[in-house]
Amino acid sequence: MAHIPDGVVSVPVLLAGAGLSLGGMALGLRRLTPERLPQTAMLSALFFVASLVHFPVGVSSVHLLLGGLAGILLGWAAFPAIAVGLVLQAALFGFGGVMVFGVNLANIALPATLAGLLGRRLLARPALAGAVAAMGSVAGTAAMVALSLAASGREFLAAGQALILTYVPLMAVEAVACAAIVGLLAKVKPEALEMRP
Amino acid sequence: MSTISLAPRAALKTPPRAALEMPLRVKPILSRLDPRSRVVACLAFAAVVVVCHSLPAAAAALLPAAVLALLAGLQAGPTLRRLLALEGFMILTLFTLPFTMGGPVLFSAGGLDWGLEGTLRAALILTKGTAIALSVMALLGTLELAELGHALARLRLPARFVALFVLAARYVDVLHTEYGRLRLAMRARGFRPRASLHCWCALGHLVGMLVVGSLERAERVHAAMRLRGFDGRLHLLDEHRPGRLDWGFAAVLTVTFVLLAVLDFA
Repeated sequence: MAHIPDGVVSVPVLLAGAGLSLGGMALGLRRLTPERLPQTAMLSALFFVASLVHFPVGVSSVHLLLGGLAGILLGWAAFPAIAVGLVLQAALFGFGGVMVFGVNLANIALPATLAGLLGRRLLARPALAGAVAAMGSVAGTAAMVALSLAASGREFLAAGQALILTYVPLMAVEAVACAAIVGLLAKVKPEALEMRP
Repeated sequence: MSTISLAPRAALKTPPRAALEMPLRVKPILSRLDPRSRVVACLAFAAVVVVCHSLPAAAAALLPAAVLALLAGLQAGPTLRRLLALEGFMILTLFTLPFTMGGPVLFSAGGLDWGLEGTLRAALILTKGTAIALSVMALLGTLELAELGHALARLRLPARFVALFVLAARYVDVLHTEYGRLRLAMRARGFRPRASLHCWCALGHLVGMLVVGSLERAERVHAAMRLRGFDGRLHLLDEHRPGRLDWGFAAVLTVTFVLLAVLDFA
């Protein structure tokens, strides 16, 4: 799970997350020119819808975060796009927390953007780029969620470590799915991968 | 509208004007508030509950949250189901706490000590999370997404972000329908979700086709918006003004917050 509910993390962590998120949002919104607005909005709606697709894993199932894909397609604009997705989730499902919003946004969007920017350098081999961006963003999110828990108090250290384990199946699924998605895009709509970040 | 067609036969005999003015359900009082009041109230409630550090205060916060849920006219069934999902979610994060926080041992099994300290802390977090989630469902969940977007705009969030939010909220439905169509097509061809590489790839391609479709739709939407002179700003059509109801709501909430704070320090 990528969203920490309200009441878990401590106030300094809340402030740190809010600071990181504000920085990312400022960078992202500056790149969000009116020309790119409809496309970015459509993609943030898409990330929300895709998070409703359940992928079977063993007896359970996981849903995609698609952070890596957002990073590849949008660069820093992935920050506001993911923020919109999180607000939608809170408004439609009551999920995700209010005060902890900044922390959750930073935990998902920062690794997504950085892994996506890394993935863009590998676009000569699209499937590889997709897999790398997906794994990087999920691993980064797992690490940041565990870090926010551990920084809130020593008693959460064990919970953080246990949480990282739950991300391993998601990492595998996300890598395969994202490789398939970017591979498909390279064949069907290569210009989607040529946008300037 | 559907008010008439759904009304019982007897209602049709009353004059049409009266039928229109008598909705089948009483309009929940929260829906008469300015959307801005609801967003601000949601943020304030969450802020107050998050800083509570005693279990009685956190438990007491459940009461105003439940009242908000009633005033918003939330349905019990779906609300409880969502809350249960959230509890499950939170217990996953919190189940280690009783073992790691020490304090008096309640009972031990298999070399693990179940401590009082951690149990209380987990209960505190669970209660706080539940109260806030319930208030979010009551205050934001019953708001239409476009209204929420406009409230965010009136609260001076960056215009670009608001435009992004309103457009995305509009297309969630469209893309979800599209997803349902593609999923149905897969089922018609004998696709069954299984934990296999092939299945993950197939679902990946499904999402990929959604990306292609949404990018092409974005091009058409952008062309149509440019034609109509879009310059990055969306115009706000609503004319909400905080009225007496809003100020009364604010006063009641403030008193509630003060009581919670007193309870927390006591």
